[in-house]
Amino acid sequence: MASHVHRIEVHYSRDPRLQTRTERFRSPGVPLRDLHLVDVYTIATSQRDFSPDELSQIGAQLSNPVVQRYSVDRPTEADFDHAIEVGFLPGVTDNAGTTAKQTIEDYFGFRFGEGEAVFSSQLYLVAGDLTPDSLRRLTAALANPLVNRVHVRSREEYGETGMDTITPFVRLDELQAAGTVDLDLPDADLARIGKEGITDPETGERRGPLALDLAQLHAIRDYFRGLGRRPTDVELESLAQTWSEHCKHTIFASAMDDDLPRGLYKTCIQAATNTIREAKGDKDICVSVFTDNSGAIVFDDEHLVTCKVETHNSPSALDPFGGALTGIVGVNRDTIGFGLGAKPCINIYGYCVGDPETEPALFRGKNRENPIIPPRRIFEGVVRGVDVGGNCSGIPTPQGWCYFHDRYVGKPLVFAGTVGVMPRARNGRLLHEKQALPGDLIVMVGGRVGKDGIHGATFSSEALDPASPVTAVQIGDPITQKKFSDVIVKEARDLDLYRSITDNGAGGISCSVAEMARESGGCHVLLDRVPLKYPGMAPWEIWISESQERMTLAVPEEKVDAFMDLMRKREVEATVIGRFTDTGRCVVEYNGETVMDIDLEFLHDGLPKKHLQTLPVTTTYPEPEFACPDRLDDLLLAMLTRKNICSKEFISTRYDHTVQGGHVLGPVQGSGRVQASATLTKVVLDSMKGVGLSQGLFPSYTELDPYRMAIAAIDTAIRGLIAIGVPMDTIALLDNFCWCSSDEPERLWQLKRAALGCRDGAVGFGTPYISGKDSMYNDFSGFDADSNPVKVSVLPTLLISSIGIHPDVATAVSMDAKFDGDLVYVVGETNEELGGSEYLAHLGIEGGTVPALDIETAKACYERMTDAIEKKIVASAFPVTHGGLLVALAKVAIAGRVGMDITIPGGMRPDCYLFSESLGRFVVTIAPSDREAFEELFGGDANLLGHVDGTVFRVSAGGKTLIEQPITAMEAAYKAPFGRY
Amino acid sequence: MTTTKTPAKALIMSGYGINSEMETREALMRAGMASDIVHINDLIAGEKALSHYRLMVFPGGFSYGDDTGAGNAYANRVRNNLWSDLKDFLAGDNLVLGICNGFQILANLGLIPAFEQVRPREIALMPNRKGVLECRFVTLKPAVENLWTRGITHLYCPVSHGEGNFSCSEETLKRIEREKMVAFRYCRDDLSPAGGEYPYNPNGSLADIAGITSADGRVLGLMPHPERAMEFVNLYDWPTQKEHLRREGKPLPTESMNMQIFQNIVAYFEK
Repeated sequence: MASHVHRIEVHYSRDPRLQTRTERFRSPGVPLRDLHLVDVYTIATSQRDFSPDELSQIGAQLSNPVVQRYSVDRPTEADFDHAIEVGFLPGVTDNAGTTAKQTIEDYFGFRFGEGEAVFSSQLYLVAGDLTPDSLRRLTAALANPLVNRVHVRSREEYGETGMDTITPFVRLDELQAAGTVDLDLPDADLARIGKEGITDPETGERRGPLALDLAQLHAIRDYFRGLGRRPTDVELESLAQTWSEHCKHTIFASAMDDDLPRGLYKTCIQAATNTIREAKGDKDICVSVFTDNSGAIVFDDEHLVTCKVETHNSPSALDPFGGALTGIVGVNRDTIGFGLGAKPCINIYGYCVGDPETEPALFRGKNRENPIIPPRRIFEGVVRGVDVGGNCSGIPTPQGWCYFHDRYVGKPLVFAGTVGVMPRARNGRLLHEKQALPGDLIVMVGGRVGKDGIHGATFSSEALDPASPVTAVQIGDPITQKKFSDVIVKEARDLDLYRSITDNGAGGISCSVAEMARESGGCHVLLDRVPLKYPGMAPWEIWISESQERMTLAVPEEKVDAFMDLMRKREVEATVIGRFTDTGRCVVEYNGETVMDIDLEFLHDGLPKKHLQTLPVTTTYPEPEFACPDRLDDLLLAMLTRKNICSKEFISTRYDHTVQGGHVLGPVQGSGRVQASATLTKVVLDSMKGVGLSQGLFPSYTELDPYRMAIAAIDTAIRGLIAIGVPMDTIALLDNFCWCSSDEPERLWQLKRAALGCRDGAVGFGTPYISGKDSMYNDFSGFDADSNPVKVSVLPTLLISSIGIHPDVATAVSMDAKFDGDLVYVVGETNEELGGSEYLAHLGIEGGTVPALDIETAKACYERMTDAIEKKIVASAFPVTHGGLLVALAKVAIAGRVGMDITIPGGMRPDCYLFSESLGRFVVTIAPSDREAFEELFGGDANLLGHVDGTVFRVSAGGKTLIEQPITAMEAAYKAPFGRY
Repeated sequence: MTTTKTPAKALIMSGYGINSEMETREALMRAGMASDIVHINDLIAGEKALSHYRLMVFPGGFSYGDDTGAGNAYANRVRNNLWSDLKDFLAGDNLVLGICNGFQILANLGLIPAFEQVRPREIALMPNRKGVLECRFVTLKPAVENLWTRGITHLYCPVSHGEGNFSCSEETLKRIEREKMVAFRYCRDDLSPAGGEYPYNPNGSLADIAGITSADGRVLGLMPHPERAMEFVNLYDWPTQKEHLRREGKPLPTESMNMQIFQNIVAYFEK
């Protein structure tokens, strides 16, 4: 217990952010005049106190005298009406506090001991006439009750003494032991254990969902009957982690109906990849697929690149900032944990959220209790999470997208991906291979273990409901991770200091150690050796905690001194926590007592098999009826302001996309700065090859036709890369299924159709899957304002991400139209395919025909496009996607800040032609002198629409003008919706 | 290029969230200078010595996650552990370069402007006016001809920082300008002054200042990142330039104009 507590407050004498910050939080309901910010450091020590002089020195270390002032144990003076202090709850990661602590330690040359710390908090001094209600609204925007403590005072209460000094230490009872769990119970009681968790013998409360169903609980009961004993809580919690949907993907692994006895994954995803790899023979690009933390393809003779895309949906619904932050730094570890460690070199993001201008009245509890976080705060929170995670880690984040739909208000989808690069071999070893051997030491590196993230893996396998545990929330610490990332992939790997490595993600060490134990054939863990953030954690909590920024390595005994020495030098905490064995068992000891002893085989393969049944759903809609206006000017501008079409450039400029020096085609392109579909990055600086990234997703198609939805996503992901010059035979795909209500046969049928589309699309194009992930229960169950039960399920969402290798980035093509006189073409066929389109959504019409694709035709066309780009006769190229041809033409023109003169062919209603989302198409501009070569190459596939001209965008049909708009007006419309973010 | 008997070597600092050390080494290597990336803890432990080098670089990054102010915590670590070695280094015929986070570190260490030997903090790189990180290409124009800017008409390279808003007292600004210490200013595409206007001046910096030197000219702090756009294909507008050149039948350049600053460093040591 700290006996000496001091409070240092730091503020800018003239804060440059004051205006922006105040405007951000000012609204009709919150009439702010000024919102001042004060950084607070609360220093709590017991072994020594600091003199006033020393405290001044600390204040000087924590501030900048040129522009800041600090005060010690004295409140900041300012003109304000209310003071709101936001700090962290006990046990939540506090990065600024840790940095301040290290600075003080360094300055005075002493170490903070147990029960001593520096806590950071932020004090907002608010000027303005705020009612209690507006104060509550402001507080809700500044703090999240799941991670923050909030303390509010009026100016009067603040007086001369200021805010209270609070030290949020974690206090827990000392030394807990493992208990056993009786599973010889009636089924109803067993089911309750699965749903709500083990009853804690001390408190009598349930510990949180295990997400084990009755069949699984029976299998566990039978196994332990065979052993003649009850399972310990450690064993049961461990099995729940390992068998979770999140880890074992039971829905993709289970037999389905009569026609898919091997299940969706083996039949659709894995089989597609195997078929393609066989067909490609010597030209196979895959190096490692599905088995490791990421998938990997060939980059060149010396290097390979890895890719993995993850989702972090449930945590982001509860704490958008922390959820997205841990999402991105978590998937970075899938790169560091690939093979013997790849260097993260590109980040990818994607957000499906509700319309940020809406505030739906949804609650987790009855009587308007526990409201959901409104879409705008979710959106801003996840944007900021990847900002902090990606930027602080020094990884460029060029590639990403946002998709808005009301079906995401209950649960957002947050996708985070990372590309890595590594040499193919080093010291005579292939770096994508790893093997822990019996006798190797189990070493945990990185952050310490706390209660954060407990039940994360099982939690994301359950729909969000009122009992969601708050411990599922974590805040990441990117700098701790950056420190071990650097020392592992830039030093230890090439010194050959370890034999295997993996990430501690879902399930913590219970999953990572048990997974690596398969390489050697067993493990023996000493749980009491695991370094903790605070004392008093139970063994089962230590074993399954998902505290962030940790990895597990297998270090040979003879190298452990060198390894530990290197970690010490880089100030990375590393601890030997056991040994890999070949006993076939996973044994865990805690203070000399065996708390887990299970056959590895049962742990990994003991879960009962399921046979899932699906039920076809066909929704019929009336044939859409709507008139085509005479002029389409207003429609064009309205479409450009649709949230799924308009610019979200504020994200692109907030995310560093130039670090590591490989920027070639960035997230925004052209003088008009339009967001591109694909980006291109050099990841090996002395090579002219580059990594192209793109993606496709059409959630609005799923309810109409899940099979075509999947084909559309695949085609779009591939076409984005083809447009910048990445050849088809270098492209690989990643699948992320984010489904809803996956216990319903109708949703399973949609899933099956989508998976079959994934198979046919990939095989058709010859583009293998290298990695994938699924998240099956993205549903929100709660109440409306009148306490009626409400369920909001996400649109069944499939993200296809594409990665391909550009042979020579100097030939790459950007999306912006270049010069007056250049010819404008549409390549590919346009049909009347408006089902699920942005146009019908704009009109509020459901139904219609979802775009179909003849893959053979498309493939031949894409090969010609690659040829044309190699011949350098393409000045710009851009895939036609959401919003159809008109939106694509407009974006190409806005990007180049040039006008166009376009004449569309007859034969189809102009609005249908211009807004149809038919697949397989590009807008291409070329120099007039290249016309002959271009038309000869493409033949009938390319239709000349007009030319680039002046500063006005004109579209006509049959001699009639449909659109005549200055390009500046279009650019303004395109950038308007998020202009003030 | 001539080779000297003992080629000058660069020390590139790393650790605690510095993240641009690799591309900084690449830029120097392409300009003809070898360098070692050295973790600050290896300098503190005495495993490497600053005195073996002629150029010290604090590269870009997010040391300590910008906590307690960008560059502040790393500067404290340097001051609390390496101060006397650093003073010796500054007294010799050596150069120090700080880019982005490196500039923030130099400002917190007082290595810039360093009117006198005591080196108090006199300038600050405050949070950007918009309050968030800004990553975009900017155009820079040299404000003076010195060893760093020689032969440069303009640079075109990315900024990527949350705290690059140059600030100091009026008196300090006058002295910096009078003593010709402003090295680069943000400007418009046509090289006319940005006049504080966003996005040409991306962060609200006083007098459009993007980089300044120390009073003795041996230390340069620069917010934008020339090392992140070493090649023609790294430039934001290269696809348009490429089409121009192709249609005029001209070859594409490989290097960008941003390499000149690194070539100037190498030239200084070869003089």
